[in-house]
Amino acid sequence: MRFLLVEDNADLAASVAERLRLDGHGVDRAATLAETRDCLAAASYDLILLDISLPDGDGRDFLAAERRAGRDTPIIVMTARAAVVDRVDVLDLGADDYVTKPFDFAELEARCRAVLRRRGVALQTVQQFAGLIFNPLNATVRVGDELRELRNRELRLLEILMAAPGRIFSKNQICDRLFSYAESVTDNAIEVYVGRLRRKLDGSGARIETVRGIGYRLTAP
Amino acid sequence: MRRAALSLRLRLVIQLFGIAAVLAIVLYLTVRTVADQAAEATQDGVLGAATLAIAERLQGGEVGVGLDLPYEAFSILGSISADRVFYRIDADGVPLTGYDDLPRPDQGGGEIAASVAPVFYTRPFRDTEVRIAAVGRTVLVARRPVPVMVMVAQTRQGQEAIAARVANRAAALGLGSFALAAALSLLTAGSVLRPINRLAEAVGRRGPNDLRAVDHPTPVELRPLVFSLNGFIARLRGALSRTETFIAEAAHHIRTPLATVRARAEIALRQSRSEPTREALRAVIRAVEESSRSAGQLLDHATVIYRSDRLTEAPVDLAPLIDGVAAGFAPTADLKDLALRVAGTEAPVIVQGDRPLLESALRNLLDNAVKYSPEETAIDLTLARDGGQAVITVADRGRGLSGEGAAQLSERFRRGSNAGDVVGSGLGLTIVSEVAAAHGGLFELDEREGGGTCARFSLPLA
Repeated sequence: MRFLLVEDNADLAASVAERLRLDGHGVDRAATLAETRDCLAAASYDLILLDISLPDGDGRDFLAAERRAGRDTPIIVMTARAAVVDRVDVLDLGADDYVTKPFDFAELEARCRAVLRRRGVALQTVQQFAGLIFNPLNATVRVGDELRELRNRELRLLEILMAAPGRIFSKNQICDRLFSYAESVTDNAIEVYVGRLRRKLDGSGARIETVRGIGYRLTAP
Repeated sequence: MRRAALSLRLRLVIQLFGIAAVLAIVLYLTVRTVADQAAEATQDGVLGAATLAIAERLQGGEVGVGLDLPYEAFSILGSISADRVFYRIDADGVPLTGYDDLPRPDQGGGEIAASVAPVFYTRPFRDTEVRIAAVGRTVLVARRPVPVMVMVAQTRQGQEAIAARVANRAAALGLGSFALAAALSLLTAGSVLRPINRLAEAVGRRGPNDLRAVDHPTPVELRPLVFSLNGFIARLRGALSRTETFIAEAAHHIRTPLATVRARAEIALRQSRSEPTREALRAVIRAVEESSRSAGQLLDHATVIYRSDRLTEAPVDLAPLIDGVAAGFAPTADLKDLALRVAGTEAPVIVQGDRPLLESALRNLLDNAVKYSPEETAIDLTLARDGGQAVITVADRGRGLSGEGAAQLSERFRRGSNAGDVVGSGLGLTIVSEVAAAHGGLFELDEREGGGTCARFSLPLA
């Protein structure tokens, strides 16, 4: 996905951008509303991540102005204000969703996907590997004529592996992205999801290979 | 120790009663005096007339003073009361006839003789007191002037009886006027104090968050008070709004760096292969999550308390509210492959309430259910009508209640003994039960059949 990240705190903006790039997303940064308008004039984005307190204005005013002008790029507000009233407020102004700082990136990604799915956006995100067509937005894989639905964790596992077919991903790397940090996870849990995903990929030629003692990789014959 | 100030009403009533009492006594004394004087004047008139009538009949002669007593004069006296009548006539200072022990006036006979009008005085006589009228005349006896003094006396029983009657009437009049004045003073005290009471009522009726200036119509005397009250309200409003701004600022200044910490920790975790480092980074992320959650719930809790005090009740349709909150939670639930099933939201269910508060309660219930549900289970969110109640149930397949009820788990900062390693602040259910209480509703927690928890949140239907 291509993000426009509007955040005036340089540290946070750099971290969020880096974190999103790690997941394979494209990120442009804007620190002010003026820069935001420049970016929007020059390029198009799948999603805008918008902070509220900006040096040259209130993010909510920008949000309201965008919607009034009929520009409907999905906007997710990143707010430091967690009060109930504030949350209701941004949704009423036309935000697609909001996350409260500090946010969980897995949750942010899930929310982005949900927003895009709700908007019915046709993203060029369909990925193909061997006999497999993977649509992360709709959480489906197509094998031949058969459309198979993926559960959320299967989807995320496949996303990880598809990002670099042939590369070995360690159990730790997979664990970090699949489970919340508050959960205590056993290696067994990963095997359960790997097993399920293997069944969903049946017949596509794509294979999840266990590299004993290291991790997993996606291969094709 | 400071003495409590005497109430204005008591002060006013005591003073008005005092004034009424003094006026009543003055009235009583005046009436009595005037009545006494009037009675005495009546008696004096009759006594004087009798005395003069006798004096008219005095005749001079060659040998002595002649007198033909006019008995009609005495009958006039007898007609006004049953009092006894005495008389004495002296010629040349020597008793001529009548009661010779009847006291003579203090003045010398000459002066009396010179006056045409009678002189009146009161003296003790025998066993009683008498009113005496005396008049002097000069009679020629053998061509020699002889001074003659005529005195007529009457006892005072009749007059005293009149005086006693008048005194009774005067006392009744005094008491009556006192009672009337007292009643009026109570009314006056009430009416004078009414504006103060009304002002106090108008200010007292306000909720603790009604910080508008007081513009209640008040008398001139109360304006300084209202003026300073409004000044105080304005300062309080300023302080509150600064506090709100401060909280928002503080949240911003704390949450933004926390977000940086979390993002950096996640990036480092991705890149690190050292197991101790990874464990440390996970702990950092958990701590960040816990502190941000606590901060959020403290803020929510403060909002709930603040808004509960002045509940802005409006009709709220629970059906779209539940759908909206459930949609907001879907991505979070999805991360654990939890199915969030909503039922009963096809038709509107209207309650009277404060929408942000109800939403906050609902979010906390769902947040708990999502947190404690094992992955790949279902959470059932149901809206139903039961009698006059709208009932929201959130049923999960989590770890249940370990024997604790809604009352215990709703205590501030109390967490279930089986909460384990799940991140939480212990305020979520406090918020839920406070919202229920503020709306006259009920919050209950039960073990769910087949395992898990069933939370029931009911509100009176509009």
